[in-house]
This record gives sequence, C-alpha cells and structure tokens, in this order.
Amino acid sequence: MNSLRSRIGRMGLNVFAGLGLVYLFMPIFFIVLFSFNKPKGNYNIVWQEFTLDNWLDPFSQSSLTAALWVSLRISALATVISTIFGSLIALALSRRSFKGSSVINLLLVLPLTTPEIVLGSSLATLFLSQTFVDFGFITVVIAHVMFQVSFVALTVRARIRGFDWTLEQAAADLGAKPWRTFRYVTFPLILPGVLAAALLAFALSIDDFIITFFNAGSTVTFPLQIYGAARVRIPPQINVLASMVLFFSIALLVIGAVRGQRSEAVKAMKRSKNK
Amino acid sequence: MLARRADNLGLAALAVAAVCLVALGAGWFDGPLNALVLLVLLVVLGGVGVLAAFGGPEARRLLAPYGLMKPGLLWMALFFLAPVWSLVRISLSTKESRFSVQYNFTWAWDNYSRAFSDFGGQFQRAFLYSLIATLLTIVIGYPVAYVIAFRGGRFKNLLLGLVVIPFFTSYLIRTIAWSTILADQGPIVSLLNTFGLVNVFEWLHIMENGKLLNTPAAVIGGLTYNFLPFMLLPIYVSLEKIDPNLVNAANDLYSTPTAAFRKVVFPLSVPGVFAGTLLTFIPAAGDFVNAQFLGNPNTTMIGNSIQDQFLKQNNYPVASAMSTVLMVSITALVLLYTRFFGTEELA
Repeated sequence: MNSLRSRIGRMGLNVFAGLGLVYLFMPIFFIVLFSFNKPKGNYNIVWQEFTLDNWLDPFSQSSLTAALWVSLRISALATVISTIFGSLIALALSRRSFKGSSVINLLLVLPLTTPEIVLGSSLATLFLSQTFVDFGFITVVIAHVMFQVSFVALTVRARIRGFDWTLEQAAADLGAKPWRTFRYVTFPLILPGVLAAALLAFALSIDDFIITFFNAGSTVTFPLQIYGAARVRIPPQINVLASMVLFFSIALLVIGAVRGQRSEAVKAMKRSKNK
Repeated sequence: MLARRADNLGLAALAVAAVCLVALGAGWFDGPLNALVLLVLLVVLGGVGVLAAFGGPEARRLLAPYGLMKPGLLWMALFFLAPVWSLVRISLSTKESRFSVQYNFTWAWDNYSRAFSDFGGQFQRAFLYSLIATLLTIVIGYPVAYVIAFRGGRFKNLLLGLVVIPFFTSYLIRTIAWSTILADQGPIVSLLNTFGLVNVFEWLHIMENGKLLNTPAAVIGGLTYNFLPFMLLPIYVSLEKIDPNLVNAANDLYSTPTAAFRKVVFPLSVPGVFAGTLLTFIPAAGDFVNAQFLGNPNTTMIGNSIQDQFLKQNNYPVASAMSTVLMVSITALVLLYTRFFGTEELA
C-alpha cells in the first residue's frame, strides 16, 4: 500500500517536471512555428499559411539587420572591456586577503541587488547633467560595462577559487619575470573561467533592454528595434532571427554533450585497460 | 617606511580616487573646484605609481591587489555610485521654469509626495505581482530542479540544457510570443472555450470578460516565465550538492520519504531558494516589459511609471523620486531578508 502510494507520488513528480519543461518550451515552439507563417496584416500573430519565404530571406528587414549589427558591436566592445576589468578584480580578490576586501565584495554585489530600471535611470541622470558625451553608442557601452563588471568578477572568482597559487611562486623561483609568469602560468590557469564569464557577459549585454532603453538616445540596438517595431508591426523575420539563435545554441549544447560523453567513454576504456 | 605601509597607502589612494570620481560625476562642486578635484585624483594615482616603481618588491607585492582592481572599481565609482548620488539629487530638484532643462537642487520633497500620491497603486502592484510571481517560480521550479538533480541520471546535463535553451532567445521576443499564445484568437483561449472552462477561470480571477491577455494574471504569468531560470538554477545547484547517502541514511533509519525530504533535503536546499528569491524578486519588481505587452492600463507596475515619466514626459524629478523609493525599499527588503537567512549565498 505504502509502496504503491510512493510510486504514484514519484510518477506524479516526474509528470509535473515534464509539464514544467513543456511550459518552458511553449513560447519557443510558437516563435519557431510562426517563423513559417505568411502573415496577412502587419502583425504576425494569427496563423495563416505555411511558407518558407521568411527563411529564404531572413535579412530582408534592413532596419532589423542594422540593429543586430549595432548590438553585436556594442556587446563585443563592452564584453572585452568588462572581461578585462572584472577578471583583474577577481584575481586580486582570490589570492591573499587584504585590507578593504569586504567593502569591495559589497560593492560588487550591489549592482546585482539593484533593479535594472534604477541602474538605467540613475546612469541617465548622470549623463543628462554633463556635456561631454551625448546619449548614443558610447553611453550604451559604458552602461553595459557597468553591470557586466560585477558578473564577470563574481563568475571568475567562483571558478578560480581554490587554485594552487604556489605555482606562480615556483615560476618566480625558477627565474621567470612577472610578465612571463603571468603569460605561461597564471593566464592558462584562469582562461577557462575568464572565457565562461565573457560568454555570460556577452549574453547579458546583447539581450539587455531596460538599461539600454534609458541610455541609448537615438542609437537602436536589436532589442530596442523589436520594442519599437512591436507597436506598429511584427515582421516574421524577427521569428526567423530568433529561431536561428536558438538552433545555433542547441547545436552548441549537443556538441558539448556528445564530446562530454565521448571523454567519459575514453576514461571508462582506460580504466578497464588498467585493470 | 612607506614601502611597509604600502597596502594602507594603496587602499587610501583607491578610496580617495573613487571619492574624487564620484564628486566629479555627481557634480558636488562647480567651476574651478572641479579642476582641483581632478588634480587631487591625478596626484593620488601618480603617487601610487611612483611608489610602485621605486618602492621595491615588497611595496609592489602589497600594492598589487589595489592596482589590479583600480580600473574596474573606478569605473563602478563613476558609473554606478555617482549616478545613485545624482539620481537622489535630481529627485529633490525642481525645474527653473516649465520649458527649462535646468534643474535646481531645492530639497523639493513634494516630488516624493507626488510619487506616492499619483503612483501608489503602481508601487503596490509591483510588489504584489512580483511576490506572487516569485512564489510561483518556487512552486514550478523546485520540483523540476528536484527531478533533474535526483532522477536525471546521465541525462542531467541534457535536461539542464533543455531548461536553459528557451532563454537564449530574446527577452522581448519571448514576452511577445506569450501575447500571441494568450491572445483572444490564440490556442489557450479557444481550448478553454471548447471545454467550457472559461467560467471556472473567471471565477478564479485568471480571466476577465472571457479574455486571458491583458489581465493581471497574464502579467504575473509573464513575470513567472521570464524569471523562472533565476529560481530554478540556484535551487538545482544546492540540490546537486546534497550527498545521496544522507537520504539513504534517513531511509535506513525508517524515515518516510516525506519526512526524509522535510528534514534532510529541504533544509539543505534553503540557500538555493534564498538566492533564487532575491534573483527573481528584484528584477521582477522593476520590470515594465511584461506589464506593457501582457497587461492593460490598470495593471501597470512602477517600472512602467518610471519609464513613462522619465522618457516620455521628461519629468525627471518625479521619475527619479520613484526610482529612489524603489531602490531604497528593495535594499531595505534585501537587508531584512538577509538578516533572517544569512548572507553567504548571495555572492
């Protein structure tokens, strides 16, 4: 009796989790489905008929493609700057403790516990009250670096916690100059963490809407273009571009999973050989 | 002597430089005094540079962490701390005249009374909607995270990837997709009509006048969907760390599965729920995208009002006052919350 009840409970939980995954994929399914739609009016929201036209001509909406290009440039620049700044902070924080490190930890967490709309509007008041830069490309890059630095510093710090820093001393003892030590010992050690943080920072930047909205002036990024377009018309090319990004990331995930399985298999083979 | 105290000097130089940048950015002084502040900034930074160059290896070792942190922290001083100061300053300012762009600091507290009297409903809705959405993300996210962590087996990473993939598409496109799904001609409303469930949903206050889109429920649903991974992933991380032997031990000691969950698994996953709650509630409370695409004029949240007053009405003082109130109340809530649950998991 008890075991039957617990088995039903187990099944129920699995079914609930399955439904949770369906819920997560519901809008994604519609985005992909409607990329094959031939909309009647301006809004691509009612299913009409199947077409491949949108996929054959994904870049026909020149304003959309231009906005995507602006977004890529902003995110690339902001990610490079924030990855360097954030990784340097993480390097400083992850070695020996030093005076003032608790204040710096607090300063790093604060942007994460502040709503985006506060970050965006407060930065806009700063730019409003000066005359050196106008709202545009530069102010958006500045804004993105501001919120990325915390993410990069915290991510890199979490990834390099517990590293054996005596390797650096060993290099120094063997006569390596500080730059050579960094180039051949420290940098290769921290590189995976830095790359993971850069990827995260780029993803956050390219999809940022609220902070960008307050600081963009007349510069139009990809999210801003979608926002502006959504009031007048929603072209199906938006769905095509979104689906492309989606399939690209699924491909990356599958490649990663297959490689992971293969290395597991190789390890298992080596183990059995050693026996 | 100087070399042995290099860490104190490095810290002091960093602090002074940060204060100088905040002063310059937030406009504490005007005219020639700004030049003086800039001079102090350059002298301090130059002084540390000279110390590092001529102070010997011991001084360089002590100065190194401050040197590494300098660019990032000074950036944050100028573009995060100084803006907060100027936000508060503008929230207490008044326009010189109706068409002027100049703002004078006058301790204008009536900006705040206007923020509360005109936009009190938006504040209430922002906190109520994001509270409900946060609870819903726990209800949906916890079981999914649990099943992946304990029953995922070798598919764990694949399942986790499946959870994350929907969020690779743009935030706005996801929200617009929901407005398609919930629309009057959309699949859900027609399904409900076919099965005659509309009355039940109206009785539950999920639908209004036969509509699903443009209701409070749609806004809360959108917030729940968009912030679900911020709840699910921290819970997964904390569940994944739990040693399965602990659960086995509980079972060996004749604990029922429910008791084992309640007394062993759940307490160990509390840090994940705690971090997830902050990561969900904070962005949800300031959001205006969901309310705009999925709501109606009576479901606007404080984010909509700040955005409207700031970017459309150009009423910077009142918009800044609302922003400041949102920032202060969220900070107060976070502090209160961390007092109850501890702070280690935050970072």
